[in-house]
Amino acid sequence: MAKILMKGNEAFGAAAIRAGCKYFFGYPITPQNEIPEYMSRELPKVGGCFLQAESEIAAINMVYGAAGAGARVMTSSSSPGIALKQEGISYIAACELPCVIINVSRGGPGLGGIQPSQSDYFQNTRGGGNGDYRTIVYAPASLQEVVDMTMEAFDVADRYRIPVIISADGMIGQMMEPVEFKEIKDRLMKPKDWAVTGTEEKRTPNSINSLYIVHEELEEHNWRLDSKHKDIEKNEVQHEIYQLQDAEFVVVAYGTTSRVVRSAVLDLRKEGINVGLIRPKTLWPFPYKVFNEIPEKVKGILAVEMSTGQMIDDVKIANNGRFPIHFMGSPGGSIPADEIISERIKSILRGEKSEYRI
Amino acid sequence: MNIVFERTKGLTDKTFHYCPGCTHGIIHRITMEAIEEIGLLGKAVGIAPVGCAVFAYEYFNCDSYEAAHGRAPAVATGIKRVHPDCLVFTYQGDGDLAAIGTGEIVQAAHRGEKITAIFVNNAIYGMTGGQMAPTTLVGQKATTAPYGRDENHTGKPILMSEMIATIPGAAYIERVAVNTPANIRKAKKAIKKAFEIQREGKGFSMIEVLSTCPTNWGMTPEAALDWLEENMMPYYKLGVYKSPEGSVNNG
Repeated sequence: MAKILMKGNEAFGAAAIRAGCKYFFGYPITPQNEIPEYMSRELPKVGGCFLQAESEIAAINMVYGAAGAGARVMTSSSSPGIALKQEGISYIAACELPCVIINVSRGGPGLGGIQPSQSDYFQNTRGGGNGDYRTIVYAPASLQEVVDMTMEAFDVADRYRIPVIISADGMIGQMMEPVEFKEIKDRLMKPKDWAVTGTEEKRTPNSINSLYIVHEELEEHNWRLDSKHKDIEKNEVQHEIYQLQDAEFVVVAYGTTSRVVRSAVLDLRKEGINVGLIRPKTLWPFPYKVFNEIPEKVKGILAVEMSTGQMIDDVKIANNGRFPIHFMGSPGGSIPADEIISERIKSILRGEKSEYRI
Repeated sequence: MNIVFERTKGLTDKTFHYCPGCTHGIIHRITMEAIEEIGLLGKAVGIAPVGCAVFAYEYFNCDSYEAAHGRAPAVATGIKRVHPDCLVFTYQGDGDLAAIGTGEIVQAAHRGEKITAIFVNNAIYGMTGGQMAPTTLVGQKATTAPYGRDENHTGKPILMSEMIATIPGAAYIERVAVNTPANIRKAKKAIKKAFEIQREGKGFSMIEVLSTCPTNWGMTPEAALDWLEENMMPYYKLGVYKSPEGSVNNG
């Protein structure tokens, strides 16, 4: 299939529809508005339904209803809106329902700003809802990955019956790049025989429920979820390693920042400084194990994030005390320039005290 | 031997957990009888609230859902949009529908969502132990209104049927009570009508059912029925507030 030029937010919508998404419930918020706008235009053409909800809370509960009714369903929002969806995400995870949630994140906390940000790492990977639940989190760094990950997200959500979050940012949502919609592989999906569809008086009723009043049953339910989470940690980790083999220094970055870091790596290598990049493509499950491949001679690891440091917690867990960890971040919406990252790495390698702020 | 009465197929054989004298059991029964009688049990999806009826999904003998507190109309919307031929109904108490879930119920009515809300108004929070509800009467005591509800402090009781009836998308709104056999029969008729309105695709329907809470009102079941009639019915007037025929009859 030929490549076509698309805007990030529209690419999310186009990929979702190609993946069989028929239902979309959302609420306007910048910088993701092109997603609901696209869905409102395109879903009716494929016999689907777009509905603008009265709030993000209602939207995620409509998703909860449609997911339990057996549909492929999606919602999208941006940081403060995703905060409002957390209650619903906890219920969807508890009831083991599949859905896809796109977070085109912006700066926070509170109303924050509307510029790109990665300060929702905790929100996406740790969640703000109650209880022992997890959500799979993809972090696309290009519009091709927007398309590929969105399409994969629906399959993965169905396979594990779990909400999947795609963690983008305003830059990914607003920029344009050529994308290719690859052929969808034949899927062997289990029938959704648990869904609420009306019994037709031909089967025993199905019930979508997260209440376990007998504590032994709740514990059993949570251990079952935990075992599913362990399977996901085993099977669904995605990452990219770039120029790691001969590296003397390693940068960890995802999404938009990883694109800039890549330029910095190339620039530094021209100067004879061998830097490598680890790019998590799934934020949960986080690619902890790939850190074991970091060569012993490495002098340090730098986490670059558009936040005051959130992913760095996972980097520290993965590093397990092996190398010194440094950080540089921009928590207000500015995207770090490659020269600044290069300079920071050189300064760290010179043994200077590393600055936290960009 | 002639069978003169048996439990509707719409209810499971699970024993209700409700307190003695509570009218939830009656409202469950007439709701499910209505669905069975119009032949839609195989198409029905019931959504339970958070509140005393939180376990309703165990009693409804049809596909069911348990929603977060107040969110049942949004969940119902998602289900109905996927399965337009299903009979989708929420079963909500006054805390669920008239406090935390006001946004969801108003907007479901506003969209003319083809769902039915069974709204059980017993003027108090039952499950959590008798706190004040938006429907608690002025002067009525509750655990969080120990001196009685003071209208200067927390306002006057909210009139949901009157309010929802003003919304263009609402097709059928009626307030009923289950304090006497005659009123129970009327309540069942209203619920059946609401389900028929949904089946005909006419829009949103809500039946507000005045109900008792002997435990948290601190009364015998019999005294509670009297209290409902003497105190709730003068304020919460029974009648059809909105119907496709356009009739508005305030008691």
